[in-house]
Amino acid sequence: MSDPTKPQVGHPLWLLAELTYRCPLHCVFCYNPVDFATQEQELSTEDWLRVLRQGREMGAVQLGLSGGEPLLRDDLEVIVAEARRLGYYTNLLTSGVGLTPARAKALKDAGLDHVQLSFQDSTREMNDFLSHTKTFELKNKVAKIIKDQGWPMVMNVVIHRMNIDHMDRIIAMAHEMGAEYVELANTQYYSWAYVNREQLLPTHEQLKRAEAITDAWRAKLGDTMKLFYVAPDYHEGKAKKCVNGWGNMFLTVVPDGTAVPCHTAKMLPGLAFPNVKAMSLREIWYESEGFNRYRGTGWMKEPCASCEHKEEDLGGCRCQAYMIANDPAAADPVCRFSPEHHKVVEAVARAEALATSQAGQTVKEFPLVFRDPASSRRLSAAQTAPATETTP
Amino acid sequence: MSAAPITPATVPRMGTGFRMQWEPVQNAHVLLYPEGMVKLNPSAGEIMKRCDGQRDIAAIVADLEAAFQAQGLQGDVIGFVELAGQQRWLVWD
Repeated sequence: MSDPTKPQVGHPLWLLAELTYRCPLHCVFCYNPVDFATQEQELSTEDWLRVLRQGREMGAVQLGLSGGEPLLRDDLEVIVAEARRLGYYTNLLTSGVGLTPARAKALKDAGLDHVQLSFQDSTREMNDFLSHTKTFELKNKVAKIIKDQGWPMVMNVVIHRMNIDHMDRIIAMAHEMGAEYVELANTQYYSWAYVNREQLLPTHEQLKRAEAITDAWRAKLGDTMKLFYVAPDYHEGKAKKCVNGWGNMFLTVVPDGTAVPCHTAKMLPGLAFPNVKAMSLREIWYESEGFNRYRGTGWMKEPCASCEHKEEDLGGCRCQAYMIANDPAAADPVCRFSPEHHKVVEAVARAEALATSQAGQTVKEFPLVFRDPASSRRLSAAQTAPATETTP
Repeated sequence: MSAAPITPATVPRMGTGFRMQWEPVQNAHVLLYPEGMVKLNPSAGEIMKRCDGQRDIAAIVADLEAAFQAQGLQGDVIGFVELAGQQRWLVWD
């Protein structure tokens, strides 16, 4: 390359189709935008099939079908069948609500390759509380339905302060259910999780214990169950290579058809993202301003621009930079070299203090904001400054 | 499970949830699995595509040796199948 700051643009390997923001659950750590209730438009079946064809022509090979709850789309089987015919590996990311044996069979017949079932926790009380519905028994049933269809059993559990102390039971339950892959994903603080950040951030002590428990299970189970532990970036002082690089591998289409490099990028100011109804995926990926803005390293400011780690983390997450430093081109404030890093350290310290003061209280007294349309409308009306810090 | 030692009579097959296909854009065989992908090098691709749950290692080795006019590939094939077994790309009884 003649200009080392101009990134070479590869092709998208992953297409993430967020089919709907509708969801029967109300998880407090949901990554859907807090103003989802003001975005009710959804693409038609035809639109989605066109997106799939265009993505496949460009080389996309992994397809994530998510939401909201993707099972709420009546045309899910049609979408899966076309995706499979085109040669995608099809992943359904679901809460399991709505996955009856009949629907599972129809999806299997359509060629669905894999179902990732999300669990909030190992205990019924906590699971129901965090997702704000009575779903725990249902999820156990669904796990069996998934096994019966011969799909690999893949579980995802979002980890945070209120369930991290149950790590041992969470893993034990996954093992009992015959899970082959378990993703223990520390909450990433965007969207609803950002609103509830002080209640969800674990303490350093909790993280240390959880990691030790995970390691012990890994040693015990060997290859029979793969445990992926996603470390929390707030505590590490180190930025992650968000979505493996902006516009580098992932292409997400949100329910109304807006195409974005990651599912929360729509929050970034001064950046227009095209809609798949108006533009082809190829133009969007290669030509659009939205996909080009933060590609590579040429856009960086200090301290990133001269940092020896800039190729490793590509400056971290743009949304986090915007939310915490109020500048989408800043270094990700979780990085210890960011001039705004103290805000992250303070957030963790506040959470630690809150955790100590709450010891002995029941979780029901936490002022959590549940993801539901009413809260969403309230929060979108109140949205003025994006970087407002929530203080306890 | 894949714990059984590999012999020339072992019959490897694709693990549950794995699928291999040729991707023209990547000019390679790729192995697809839940939320992941491995781009296989040419020799891995040639071995994997013969692991169809029908042929045993001896037959796979013979087929490869004929196709590529080579000799003494058994060690390489067993080495790869062992590695693939640890990753659960391949399983055998």
